[in-house]
Amino acid sequence: MKQNEGMTLIVKTVTRISVWLIILYGIYIILHGHLSPGGGFAGGVIIALAFLNVMLAYGRNFITRWINIGFLHDIESSSAAIFLAIGILGMSVGGGFLANFISHGKLFNLLSSGTIPLLNIVIGAKVSMGLFIVVWTLSIFHLLDKGEKK
Amino acid sequence: MILPFLIIIPLLAAFLITLISGEKDNWAIVLSILAAISLLALSTFSFFTTGNNTFIYEMSGWKIPLTICLVQDALSTFMLVIVNLIALTSLIFSVSYIRHYSAPWKYYALFMLLITGMNGVIATGDIFNLFVFMEIALFAAYGLVAFGCKAEEYEAAFKYAVMGSVSSTLILLGIGILYSATSTLTMAKIAEILPMLDTKLTYWVGAIFLTGFGLKAAVMPFHAWLPDAHSSAPAPISAMLSGVLIKSLGIYTIIRFFYNVLGAPQVFMIILMVIGSISIIVASYLALGQWDLKRLLAYSSISQIGFILLGIGIGTRLAVLGAVFHIFNHAVFKALLFYNSGALEMAIGTRDLRKMGNLKKALPVTSATSMIASLSIAGLPPFNGFFSKLIIIIAAVQANYIVYAVIAIIGSLLTLIYYMKVQRYGFRGGEVVEKTEIPVSLGMKSAMVILAVLCILTSLMIVPGIRELTLDPVVSVIINKTGYISAVLGR
Amino acid sequence: MVIYILCFALLLVGIYGVLTKRDLIKIILSLGIMGYAVNLMFILFAYRTGASYAILVKGKAAAEMVDPLPQALILTSIVIELGITAMLVALAIRLFEKYKTFDITKIRRLSG
Repeated sequence: MKQNEGMTLIVKTVTRISVWLIILYGIYIILHGHLSPGGGFAGGVIIALAFLNVMLAYGRNFITRWINIGFLHDIESSSAAIFLAIGILGMSVGGGFLANFISHGKLFNLLSSGTIPLLNIVIGAKVSMGLFIVVWTLSIFHLLDKGEKK
Repeated sequence: MILPFLIIIPLLAAFLITLISGEKDNWAIVLSILAAISLLALSTFSFFTTGNNTFIYEMSGWKIPLTICLVQDALSTFMLVIVNLIALTSLIFSVSYIRHYSAPWKYYALFMLLITGMNGVIATGDIFNLFVFMEIALFAAYGLVAFGCKAEEYEAAFKYAVMGSVSSTLILLGIGILYSATSTLTMAKIAEILPMLDTKLTYWVGAIFLTGFGLKAAVMPFHAWLPDAHSSAPAPISAMLSGVLIKSLGIYTIIRFFYNVLGAPQVFMIILMVIGSISIIVASYLALGQWDLKRLLAYSSISQIGFILLGIGIGTRLAVLGAVFHIFNHAVFKALLFYNSGALEMAIGTRDLRKMGNLKKALPVTSATSMIASLSIAGLPPFNGFFSKLIIIIAAVQANYIVYAVIAIIGSLLTLIYYMKVQRYGFRGGEVVEKTEIPVSLGMKSAMVILAVLCILTSLMIVPGIRELTLDPVVSVIINKTGYISAVLGR
Repeated sequence: MVIYILCFALLLVGIYGVLTKRDLIKIILSLGIMGYAVNLMFILFAYRTGASYAILVKGKAAAEMVDPLPQALILTSIVIELGITAMLVALAIRLFEKYKTFDITKIRRLSG
């Protein structure tokens, strides 16, 4: 069993079923961030760990065939820019930076409390992509011969 | 108003640089220089319109005890002008300097994050927000120290990261203790509640914060990371680190915390004076024996920070004026000296003073600006360093601290000695070198000339007519604790 | 009171680890322990005697709650420490490539 080809058949089969449930659980925690504990950061870490699970079970080469790392990098940078854009929008409508300018809705609904679910989604996207790219870069360090920093 | 833009603009520039840069770095340079010019314009405008007032900006539209507030008074706008000025000149310098490293767009993104962090630390009025912005600036600094990928740089960055993390954990501990005693995070409200509590709390919290922020400011018992980190970084980053980062994260937070929040208790003033004096003498002595140019400049930074701490520790109005003026001066001439060392390193290829010949003919702009900077930092009359050191020494004599005044004079003499060593070995001794292989580019020359002109012009800031406009409001903000509380909470 | 002393003891264990261990990875782990100790102290400061958890649930009156502000502060602090740990681990991998050892007494080219 070579190093880059991942783990045994049992691990691969179970991962193929369970990784989608893990991603679903992460999305649930992100979306319900204003109603129950969790929020953007915790959900983002769970989704990043789902991707890491695939990388551990199937090997490094499979990841480069499955998803495009440049695309994840673009999602990460643009989510950070969207966060700032929401903040500036809050400033231009009135009130301060990051003011809550969408209507607050009824208590305990899913679509309530203004800009907070949007900010949770944006933070979740950034954290998950960022953490996965960091771990992936750490694992291919020895393949980058010219000194390119993290 | 203006203050949130000082944080939004570099943050937006950093994220946009990461998004749109590929292999070439043209867009990165254009975006970052645009951002730096707009930041400098905004901060000088806010400095000249603030004067003696204080403006508060509450984030997210909530009211003061429940929200993060940004405070715009004379001290914060003064520091913002210093930070953004040195940032702009560093960017102009590094346009051609970074071409020799790999992946230049990462440098510009990290540089923008560094500016964000420092602007945030200076502008905020909430103590946990200060911690968060301080960590943002330190992340970028750890990454930038290790930017060229040699072995010594990794070692220096690791040492800096570990010591910085220990001090950040201590600061967080201090914030926790302060929150549990006063149950608020806004610095003005803590200053209001703190005299009603036990005085032992003041001493504990002051000691924890002095350790934590003192390590960021590289005062003498905690200085061990500074020579490695500042000599291994690329030259414009050394200028930023040594010129503004240790002042913005260390000295500014010590001033804000010990004067405006704790009310300058006498025990801590004496401790600041003692460690300031130790820094002056021991760091000057260690700098005399160095043969690596950037390491010598790093030890000289520790020594000048000792001067500033001595001025702050004495506590009278004149001493604080000298310390604040010396903050500005030291940023200007230390950045200029680091640019000179960067130009030397690029032209000759070494930093060792024994291997340099007489470079006066080959690099005329570099040697002239280096002479101006060395005379300024040693304290010779028409340049700005003379006035700030003279004010600190006179203030020490007036407050009856004769021993500290003598120590400051000895420190000035030692500074003169080792800068004459730099001049003799680097520019005027040995055999004459006609031309160097790599010429110093236009960007680097213009950055050095701008700062050299500022070295001469800033000595005008002490003239009595201009002083009321620029430096006196800063001193009033520092000394007046009740004025700060009523200005922030009274709105 | 005993809980606070134990939390402070955890902080001291972390400081002991940073100061005396010779392996790079153990220094990084000790920094993590120091971070855990300070976060724990924040949560201990937020406790009110006899209060319940700080979430509004449908059909339950807003009774006395524990202080929710330190919980937000700790989230921020955990994120910052995650970033620091990632950067330190990346530096440690690079240091191993250059110096071929993790021993910190041998990584000593800069001195003086």
